Amino acid sequence: MADAFVPELCDRVRACASAGTRLRIRGGGTKDFYGGDFYGGDAGEAQVLDMAGCSGIVAYEPRELVLTVRAGTRLAEVEAALAAERQMLPFEPPHFSTDRGLPPDALAAGGATIGGIVATGLSGPRRPYAGAVRDFVLGTRVVNGKGEALAFGGRVIKNVAGYDVSRLMAGALGTLGVLTEISFKVLPVPAAEATLAFALSQADAIDAANRWAGQPLPLSACAWSDGTLRVRLSGAPPAVDAAKAKLGGDEDAAGARFWSDLREQRLDFFAGEAPLWRLSVPQTAAPLMPDHPQVVDWGGGVRWVRGPLDPFTVRSTVERVGGHATLFRGGDKSVGVFHPLPPALLKIHRRLKAAFDPAGILNPGRMYDF
Amino acid sequence: MGAVALEAGSRARALAALRAVRPPLAIVADDEGLKPFETDAFIAHRETPMLAVLPETPGQVREIVLACRRLGVPVVSRGAGTGISGGAIPRSDGVLLVLTRMSRIVELDTRGRVAHVEPGVRNLRVSEVAAPAGLFYAPDPSSQSVCSIGGNVAENSGGVHCLKYGLTTHNLLAVRAVDGDGDVIDTGSLALDAPGYDLLALVTGSEGNLGVITRVAVRLLPLPQATQTLLAAFSSVRAAAEAVGEIIGAGIVPAALEMMDRVVIQACERSMALGFPVGAEALLLVEVDGCEEEALAAAGAVRAILERCGAVEVRLAADALERERLWKSRKGAFTALAHILPDFYTIDGTIPRRCLPEILERVYALAGEYGLTVGNVFHAGDGNIHPCIFYDANEPGDLDRAEELGGRILEACVEAGGTITGEHGVGIEKLRQMCVQFSPAELSAFHAVKAAFDPDGILNPGKAVPTLRRCTEFGGLRVEGGRLPRPDIPRF
Repeated sequence: MADAFVPELCDRVRACASAGTRLRIRGGGTKDFYGGDFYGGDAGEAQVLDMAGCSGIVAYEPRELVLTVRAGTRLAEVEAALAAERQMLPFEPPHFSTDRGLPPDALAAGGATIGGIVATGLSGPRRPYAGAVRDFVLGTRVVNGKGEALAFGGRVIKNVAGYDVSRLMAGALGTLGVLTEISFKVLPVPAAEATLAFALSQADAIDAANRWAGQPLPLSACAWSDGTLRVRLSGAPPAVDAAKAKLGGDEDAAGARFWSDLREQRLDFFAGEAPLWRLSVPQTAAPLMPDHPQVVDWGGGVRWVRGPLDPFTVRSTVERVGGHATLFRGGDKSVGVFHPLPPALLKIHRRLKAAFDPAGILNPGRMYDF
Repeated sequence: MGAVALEAGSRARALAALRAVRPPLAIVADDEGLKPFETDAFIAHRETPMLAVLPETPGQVREIVLACRRLGVPVVSRGAGTGISGGAIPRSDGVLLVLTRMSRIVELDTRGRVAHVEPGVRNLRVSEVAAPAGLFYAPDPSSQSVCSIGGNVAENSGGVHCLKYGLTTHNLLAVRAVDGDGDVIDTGSLALDAPGYDLLALVTGSEGNLGVITRVAVRLLPLPQATQTLLAAFSSVRAAAEAVGEIIGAGIVPAALEMMDRVVIQACERSMALGFPVGAEALLLVEVDGCEEEALAAAGAVRAILERCGAVEVRLAADALERERLWKSRKGAFTALAHILPDFYTIDGTIPRRCLPEILERVYALAGEYGLTVGNVFHAGDGNIHPCIFYDANEPGDLDRAEELGGRILEACVEAGGTITGEHGVGIEKLRQMCVQFSPAELSAFHAVKAAFDPDGILNPGKAVPTLRRCTEFGGLRVEGGRLPRPDIPRF
């Protein structure tokens, strides 16, 4: 079934391109909330492109540290295959499963897909210390808006042939092509892990996170919420032990749970309907918008802020420190979910979109107004 | 009106336009002055640029690009000129934009672990200025004492420590460039991501085709507390390759994992007398780092694996001095190889690591077919091979055969599921193999990417991505190759 998927997809995309039928690309649907509203066109003839049929691990050689997987494969299945070899996706992607009560085996039948992870470009708490989705993408196969099946990058760790279109696909929200297959660099699961907790103000927590990031410590996450800075250490047991002794603080026995709740947005902070803003800023930026409830992740690099904030105020605040703001969940999307681009970059975005998807049928509206 | 008159006319127009740049710009227009710019480190090819300019400010760069765009004159950017695929080879009808005078470290933010630098800053200098704060810039191409950050970004340079620390693309926060329209574009950001498409990924490794880089924000990492280095000798390449897989399979990610074959070992032995077993077919150099305890534990685990995999001899560096000695064979390998024959041509392919033994056997077989000697010294951990083909430049036809052999080796890499360039770039050297690796639709996508940044095609035209017409012509063309240049730079 998967082998026929791509040729059929090419035919379908070609037909839709000539008819002007817009396609809403969908994997597990766990990130439907994310990004701008899909714009199906006035005639309402848009179609959902279900990627579930494009599933399966194509190649996995643990000793190569390389995994190749079809885009519709469930993230849970990928993570289970890696865990069996004591390896992992180092960017710690969020599932955002819509049914969070499901046990893992039931989740395997649904839930987030790997293609959705790459398309949204979302990385978890490990990102500042290990790298983002894009850093671990080695190659992608895509079907562009002209119905052409294209391969970029490859299954090897070093590759500088041609422009890095594979990484371009990470975070492009399917607007440049339908991802059908992705190759990743994977890494061994750290042998030991521990979480330390420190009672600190937000400003002091940001300061400590940056100070420690400049030292040879096995940091793998650093987040602040409710007056507590939590630091995760991952690595060889002697390295973790030495860092624990050096940093002090209290060991948080429930640390693993905290990090997965933070990644999956299951902390109390994330509950409720108030709009959720994601401020991506330099890690050293001083606390921003102090009157609003917030959680700090990525060692200071991400500030989650809740509330019906004025989009203009949010955006001018982060711009002053060199960052950008995303209306992550809820709120009025008509203000633009993603930070507006300066004209010179917008020009390049429009040209890329026009080249990869000239009929404008792939996920229109999910990123910007194209 | 002949071609010469036309060229003289466009040269005079370009010169006039560049003289109007404010503040006034250093312009090289005489043949004598242009001579040093005829080639980069891909010295088999040379071309005298129409003019060379050496801007000192980003504003001048923008004015140069705008002037050239107005006149339809190609612009080739150049940093230190250490690239070995010909990416900075000038054009006789173009302006060579030399960025070496833009070499300021604009800001060193030790708290945020970012260095803001101009493109002409040397790679090693970044680590040198960051060292007092306990930080370093990880990508370490072999030419790091000379090569520039701008060139590193343009080529997405690697180095011996990529397996653990990544390529240039993994160690950048932001790049500012002037695109083909003359617009200043800021790709990436000082946050850990940026809105919109990942244009930073496209600009990195674009070989001067998408923009002229004027400023780079590089990530700095904490210097590892401790480093342990081991060198192991094996009686077969296969056993050494097996050990590489075992080390990684054991969950260890070494900072470096390098291999040398018999040809290289013997050359090193002759010039450096390191005292390795005469019968050794392969040497493996393994470096692990981290905190003291971690590095020690990893070194112990690596040693056990090396011995289990049949290493004839394992040496562990006791201190920094001995580590330097162990690295000597690796870093001095290319110099040592020059004793075999003065001329050699270095190939840069990447393959899935499990294919190492087969691909090396294929390389030896192909070398036999061409009657040429090939030595292998390479990044085993990444599967990035660097076969060195020896030839005699004074022997008619020898270079041609070396280049043809190189092309066949790269094609074998593609067949094995690999790529034609792991870290050296395409430039003009591997245009033909690009036609082997990519389909016409994929090449068209690359051209569309270029057009998005440079619609008039004035930035480094003809490099990195072949036109479809050229791919058709290549059917009957010989591979364009070259010699390893700048023998003064250690290559590893």
